[in-house]
Amino acid sequence: MSLIATDIRVSLGRKEILHGVSVEARAGEITAIVGPNGSGKTTLMRSLTGELACRGAITLNGRDIAALSPEALARRRGVLPQAAALSFPFTVAEVVRIGVEARGERAEALVPAALAAVDLPGFSGRLYQELSGGEQQRVQLARVLAQVWQPLDAEGPRWLMLDEPVSSLDIAHQLTVMRLAAGYARAGGGVVAVMHDLNLTALFAQKLVLMSGGCVLCQGRADEVLTDEALSSAYGCRLRVNAVPDSGIWVLPHAAA
Amino acid sequence: MVALSPDLRPGRLQGDRSHRARRLGLFLALLLAVVAVVSLGWGASGTSLARAVSDLLAGRELAVQDRVVLMDIRLPRVLMGIFVGASLAVSGAVMQGLFRNPLADPGIVGVSSGASLGAILAIVLGSTLPAGIAAFFGWYLVPVAAFAGGWLTTMALYRIATRRGRTSVATMLLAGIALGAIMAALSGLVILRANDRELRDLTFWGLGSLAGANWPKLLAGAPIMALALLYAPWLARGLNALALGEAAAGHVGIRVQKVKNRAILTVAAATGAAVAVSGGIGFVGIVVPHLLRLASGPDHRWLLVNSALLGAVTLLLADMVSRTVIAPAELPIGIVTAVMGGPFFLWILLRNRGGLDL
Repeated sequence: MSLIATDIRVSLGRKEILHGVSVEARAGEITAIVGPNGSGKTTLMRSLTGELACRGAITLNGRDIAALSPEALARRRGVLPQAAALSFPFTVAEVVRIGVEARGERAEALVPAALAAVDLPGFSGRLYQELSGGEQQRVQLARVLAQVWQPLDAEGPRWLMLDEPVSSLDIAHQLTVMRLAAGYARAGGGVVAVMHDLNLTALFAQKLVLMSGGCVLCQGRADEVLTDEALSSAYGCRLRVNAVPDSGIWVLPHAAA
Repeated sequence: MVALSPDLRPGRLQGDRSHRARRLGLFLALLLAVVAVVSLGWGASGTSLARAVSDLLAGRELAVQDRVVLMDIRLPRVLMGIFVGASLAVSGAVMQGLFRNPLADPGIVGVSSGASLGAILAIVLGSTLPAGIAAFFGWYLVPVAAFAGGWLTTMALYRIATRRGRTSVATMLLAGIALGAIMAALSGLVILRANDRELRDLTFWGLGSLAGANWPKLLAGAPIMALALLYAPWLARGLNALALGEAAAGHVGIRVQKVKNRAILTVAAATGAAVAVSGGIGFVGIVVPHLLRLASGPDHRWLLVNSALLGAVTLLLADMVSRTVIAPAELPIGIVTAVMGGPFFLWILLRNRGGLDL
């Protein structure tokens, strides 16, 4: 079961932002979308979630997402947005419950379970707006997690679509969140994440999609995509990819100068 | 004064305030019943509710004066107060949810002005309509025209203030001021054409008052308000999700465009009908939902229902004040709500100064 996008083109106004992008993400894996600012990562993500109208075809578990109802889509995949604004003083429990309600079933017990999974046990009574940026991001992740709690059921895999899930997190919670995503994938679910940290990506993602200028520069395993040439070309600066024993691949700036 | 004390009783999820909101709703329902009865017995004439009740219980006929005062004057007025208060408060709550901002209110962003224009057009030009149309609408002509005016204004406002799914508060407030001014100017133009009798109607009505309440007016406005009030709770889940932003609301399975359209229709129907029967009564829509959010949180599943109850209570109380302050004369209720609500609105502004993305 896969999430397959074929020849996706997106235009905003007269400007085409994605120029025929084709990617495939398989359930059971973390697929990371990487690339410089403005390369089209978030636009690709918004197309894959069905939020943004695009030309081309996108299928989720073999079904065209344009033909799925919003409710059906919400039961198959949860989306973590990049910005996590919230109007009105909701408590953490009330925010996570919005995700629970999207399941179309009563499952209140998921609220504390999802909060524990993102390392926020005991936060359910706090006001969302009084939390730090990193805590808010994890509350949003808990909400998404509650929405698609079981990674796999009779109808196939569920999907986590995460737009920069670790952008405001400290290093320990970056690992918490990435391990959570990895566990979700191991249990049969699919994970697609827009990432900036190449090292973290190399540690956790089974597949990388390197974007540049609205196109896919290359995609594949970390050791196939993270090469000196590909990265230097995509990011426009000299980067060196090193192999570190027991840890995999590390990307370092070439020189301070 | 954020009313959030952690609830540590076992088995109950911390941060789930629905039990508190439910208790509050029950209390407000009882309070409304009490206030409504008091309001029935409240007034300038010597009619006593107690005497009327004892007459009824003893199987005696009501005195003619008691029957006229209670049944033909006070009862429609109390019912009108309940419907209008509930409609204004629910309109405010729905609009605030739709615009994701606690300062959105039909009175402030020009929707009431649009509804007023519709009503004024109907009052002044109604007599020039072909007899068939006027007869078809009958007493409904003014409420329906007010609904249409409120609906068009809300649509225009939403279109102007929303770009790529993001509603700008600054644009909303500024566009609301502009739309309100345009509507008021157009209303002025129409009023120039009014004759003396229509002018008297308009002046009285424009100040905002329940004094003109009678059965025909109530029967014309109440069904529209009742429909809007009954439908509003169905918007709750959508409005809750909208607090996350339109994109995120879509991702949790909400049909965002549908919710927005229906919220606009609900606001227009409730505001339009309320304005049509009682003129412009301000600030109920902003004060009531705000107090309830402080007391039991912003979850719309309870906020909308409790807003209806507290809105009705508030307007009945304001109406009693308006009947008392300069008795035997009456203060227009719009003045009472403005005197109470204006400072409150400023207080909200001051508290939120830092947080407004203007």
